[in-house]
Amino acid sequence: MHKGTRIIAFIAVFLIIATMPFLANHGQASADPEVSLDTPAVNEMPVKQCIEPLQDMRSEHMQILDSWRDRVVREGQTTYVNSVGQPYEMSLDETCLSCHSNREQFCDSCHSYSGVDVYCWSCHDGASNNSNGGVE
Amino acid sequence: MKIGLPLLAVVALAALAWLGCEYLRLQVLFGVVLPYLALLLFLVGFVYRVVLWGRSAVPFNITTTCGQQKSLPWVKHDRLENPSSTTGAIGRMILEVLLFRSLFRNLRTEKRGARISFGSAKWLWLGGLVFHWSLLVVLLRHLRLFLEPVPVVISGIGAVDGMFQIGVPVLFLTDITILAALAFLFARRVLAPRIRYLSLPADYFPLLLLLGVVISGILMRYAFKVDMLQVKEMMLGLASLHPQLSMSAGSALYVHIFLVSVLFAYFPWSKLMHAGGIFLSPTRNMPNNSRQVRHINPWNYPVQVHSYVEYEDEYREKMRKVGLPLDKEG
Ligand code: HEC
Ligand code: HEC
Ligand code: HEC
Repeated sequence: MHKGTRIIAFIAVFLIIATMPFLANHGQASADPEVSLDTPAVNEMPVKQCIEPLQDMRSEHMQILDSWRDRVVREGQTTYVNSVGQPYEMSLDETCLSCHSNREQFCDSCHSYSGVDVYCWSCHDGASNNSNGGVE
Repeated sequence: MKIGLPLLAVVALAALAWLGCEYLRLQVLFGVVLPYLALLLFLVGFVYRVVLWGRSAVPFNITTTCGQQKSLPWVKHDRLENPSSTTGAIGRMILEVLLFRSLFRNLRTEKRGARISFGSAKWLWLGGLVFHWSLLVVLLRHLRLFLEPVPVVISGIGAVDGMFQIGVPVLFLTDITILAALAFLFARRVLAPRIRYLSLPADYFPLLLLLGVVISGILMRYAFKVDMLQVKEMMLGLASLHPQLSMSAGSALYVHIFLVSVLFAYFPWSKLMHAGGIFLSPTRNMPNNSRQVRHINPWNYPVQVHSYVEYEDEYREKMRKVGLPLDKEG
């Protein structure tokens, strides 16, 4: 092979780049994120239920928040009625974070695991809840 | 037909994955077996093609030159366009790979009346550049699903890509640019008559397949939501060679993964292999030093020659006898 060392070096670099995720994860057990539901508000609940079924919350909570934002800020509505007819105030701080007052162990831990950069917290910090244990 | 067949193939592939996961519950096939198989085909094929290229003959120094060759000290030498050293050739290669400089010189040739006129044609360069850079950013962003903890660089790229904070989930700019660039590159083939004439199914298929990958990815983000937590667990499982299956992650995920698998498996065996080939193009990777260094074809084998001098030495007496003219009266 003409310039064999260069060809082999090229192949080696290619293989390292192409299998990078495998090398990085070699021998590592994948650690699931800590998503903690241990907050005073949730512990008091007789049935542990989010505002919508769990599967929907997992994949669609950001879109619920997006529609809440639009409905509150643009249309002036305040109440969300969920799929089983229960009303909630449409508010990130007052509703979500009153139950999930442990933002770091809940929202944030899951987001950093998924590599999502959620910028809402620069304005919505849930501070009104954290000071009095998640109870309004 | 040239467009119809590849289009049908991509739609059929997507439908196959959808039906297979939604109704036949073949998640093991589409989520584990096929991705591994595709990766294997990709790696083996890539290495095979590179070795094949590495073994082919380079009989001449055929570097393409576009600037002043190195000559007398008072003639300005264009180091990057006409490199005379390996370093220069590396510099030119880097610029070629990162900025597509040779495509930048793409010309439009037209006949105006009896005369031929040349104009610049930068759209292909721009479309290609936007597509490739977007693809790179998209690929890097996807590493967040394969690495735990997510490196700051990777989440940083995601944050910059979504910096306009449009909508939720945040709109990534590269999602728009890659879609626009692919649409342009496709439209170019369909709308420009001469390029349509030249285009084959092998040109349309990769474009449509890439469009399929991009569209399925965007749809998964906004319409057919999947549970990202499970996706990440699945990807980490695949990457640590302990596959974990998720039966409830949503079939849209499998459509996306399957199209990506097809892309990877198809890559080395198709024109997409230009990704590796660019580094091996003799016109781009050779320094133009043919006046300083003699280029010897490494495939030259020793040839038995019998020169005229030797011939005359052998037959001198016989030649003299019949009166043939001799170079040397030995
Ligand atoms: C630049 C600051 C800022 C950022 C960043 C921001 N918001 Fe808001 N948000 C506001 C303001 C101001 C209101 C209006 C509050 C009001 O009307 O009482 C609001 C209202 C809302 C509301 C309805 C009212 C309430 O109290 O919650 C929702 C829901 C909401 N935002 C969600 C989000 C989400 C989700 C994000 C991240 C994707 C986000 N916001 C990012 C400033 C911001
Ligand atoms: C009334 C209290 C309450 C409110 C309000 C609430 N949640 Fe929940 N949430 C819960 C409980 C309890 C669970 C666990 C449900 C289960 O395990 O079935 C949960 C689960 C979740 C999960 C899934 C976590 C997992 O284990 O994967 C997400 C995501 C979530 N909530 C987000 C939100 C968001 C976003 C809001 C506001 C729009 C919100 N929640 C409002 C109580 C609440
Ligand atoms: C079970 C894991 C999980 C939990 C818990 C969770 N999230 Fe998320 N969240 C995600 C994932 C994954 C995404 C990204 C989805 C995507 O990219 O399609 C996301 C995205 C978001 C987004 C959109 C971000 C963007 O810019 O794309 C918002 C807003 C958000 N989450 C709010 C919340 C809030 C508020 C909570 C806590 C009450 C919460 N999430 C808890 C997993 C989670």
